[in-house]
Amino acid sequence: MASSTPGSVPPPDIARSPIVSAVIADQRRLPKLSTPAGPYRRAWWRLRRDRVAMAALFVLALLVVIAYLVPLAIAIDPYQQSLRDSLLPPGTAGHALGTDHFGRDVLLRLIDGGRVSLSVGILAVVISASIGGLIGLVAGYFGGWPDRILMRFIDVKLAFPGILLALVIVTVLGTGLEKVMIAVGIGGIPRFARVVRGSVLNTKNELYVEAARSIGAADLRIMFVHLVPQVLGPAITIATFGLATAILSIASLSFLGLGAQPPTAEWGLMLSEARKYLRVAWWLSVFPGLAIVTVVLSVNLLGDAVRDALDPRIPSVSD
Amino acid sequence: MAKFVLTRLIETIPVLLLASLLVFAILHLIPGDPIDAMLGAAAFGVGDPAEHQRLVVQIRAQLGLDDPLWQQYVRWLFGAMRLDLGESFIRHAAVTELIAARLPSTIELAFAALLISVVIGISSGIIAALRRNTPVDGAVMIVSLAGVSLPSFWSAMILILVFSVSLNFVPATGSGGFDRLILPAVVLGYEGAALIARLTRASLLEVMSREYIRTARAKGLPNRSVVLGHALRNAMIPVVTVVGLQLGRLLAGSVIVETVFARQGVGQLAVDAILSKDYPLVQGIILLTAITYVFANLLVDVSYGFLNPRIRTAS
Repeated sequence: MASSTPGSVPPPDIARSPIVSAVIADQRRLPKLSTPAGPYRRAWWRLRRDRVAMAALFVLALLVVIAYLVPLAIAIDPYQQSLRDSLLPPGTAGHALGTDHFGRDVLLRLIDGGRVSLSVGILAVVISASIGGLIGLVAGYFGGWPDRILMRFIDVKLAFPGILLALVIVTVLGTGLEKVMIAVGIGGIPRFARVVRGSVLNTKNELYVEAARSIGAADLRIMFVHLVPQVLGPAITIATFGLATAILSIASLSFLGLGAQPPTAEWGLMLSEARKYLRVAWWLSVFPGLAIVTVVLSVNLLGDAVRDALDPRIPSVSD
Repeated sequence: MAKFVLTRLIETIPVLLLASLLVFAILHLIPGDPIDAMLGAAAFGVGDPAEHQRLVVQIRAQLGLDDPLWQQYVRWLFGAMRLDLGESFIRHAAVTELIAARLPSTIELAFAALLISVVIGISSGIIAALRRNTPVDGAVMIVSLAGVSLPSFWSAMILILVFSVSLNFVPATGSGGFDRLILPAVVLGYEGAALIARLTRASLLEVMSREYIRTARAKGLPNRSVVLGHALRNAMIPVVTVVGLQLGRLLAGSVIVETVFARQGVGQLAVDAILSKDYPLVQGIILLTAITYVFANLLVDVSYGFLNPRIRTAS
């Protein structure tokens, strides 16, 4: 071959060189090892590798299935009273977790209450996310007086501890599960608004936003097409933690007698009713509380993982 | 430093004014005439509608409810400055006196809980950070995560179940005396301790990775003085915020724990007032709470200035 003659080395065929082709073959063989493109797919990729997060997600999915599908599959009636069977301990035939003072089955009431707590909690987060997100987007994008008004309201919100703000709103709206849901939803607005505003401020001066503006994109288009995807990450994190807070707050307010009213099967209300039977029926106080802790703990663990997955550079605050 | 404190103090004025406006608005946002709520049971006995009407007009005039709203607000605000928050509709006593009667119990509980959460929170946070990724660290993190996720009313019930019902160590409910203080203080303190432990650990770990810690180690300082002398002081800045917020929250929001343990505190008074639609009392309690909370935040800001001179020169 010509290679034996010095001075006339042919240009190396890069694609055929053994090292390069090995690398190419490797890439073909192991495409899954490379991180996927796009920040959200990357986040999901990282989340799937987080064992704690997956366990939390599994527990939550299981609870959702039980709470929403079991009542459809079998006819259950958590309001069925039977005074003869009142305050039966757990393990009694037909009542795995016992019965309450009206002889209602505790397990069935827990399942029904799970549906109530999850639905109302999610709706409260939807209220705070949609209103707070919109306010934050507008305030961050336009700046000026809308921004200044927003910041003053956040200052005032800082003057009220969470539960107290909910109490104020319940005072105005009156008591009831929907009212408490709205109160907790409103209470979450400033948090979303502030976080969304912050990330809009960070991204609105990026080059690609400038580019969109220079080709004549309208403000609305820039906000919803170019900024919203950037803002989504922090908003998802806040929403996850917000769900835990919302479920806990709604249960607390129902416990105080301001939320769900009897005979609704709601976990906080069940605990409130259980207080009278603390000395005679421990199971009434133990199981609804365990249910709340399971849900809130899973959501919090998931929130920790979601935050880490969405932004691995920032060390988690609560960790 | 004096200038720094003064600036912060002035900055609280608009916040307090807006908060007071919001609190004032509550009474006027409520659907229906407050007089109806006020007369309530009393009006029940008055059979003659004309007599009832006369009573309403008389009370409206007495309370100045026919004046323009801004006049009513200014009058209420100046009253509040003189600690006159009006009369309770239902309890027929001055709002200020009703609140004052309940304050000692709430303050006692708040400080006991704060003591527990600061001592346990900071020490376990430091231990977890220094023994990072060991079983000790894991245990602290799990116990603290549970503390953040546990509804306080439930942990309160479980503690009553164990220590009052089963073991009969302490009375379950009521206020007054150390034995009645310990359970509610533990419940409230655990929540705060969990938060403070997690934050102390995170903050200390962050500071320990800084250059000046390496310098301190390089010059041969013992581990003890590196951690306590160099790292902790800077790591405490975010912790101080949370402690301040806790103080505000505890003074304001021991609503739930006070209800479970039937303590005669401000929080329980607030719930009673809401349930009985005693609006002036609700207003008074919320205003007081907002003021407490704002000043707790102010205290935090000022302590920042002491801990970190950069913050005070930056403003």
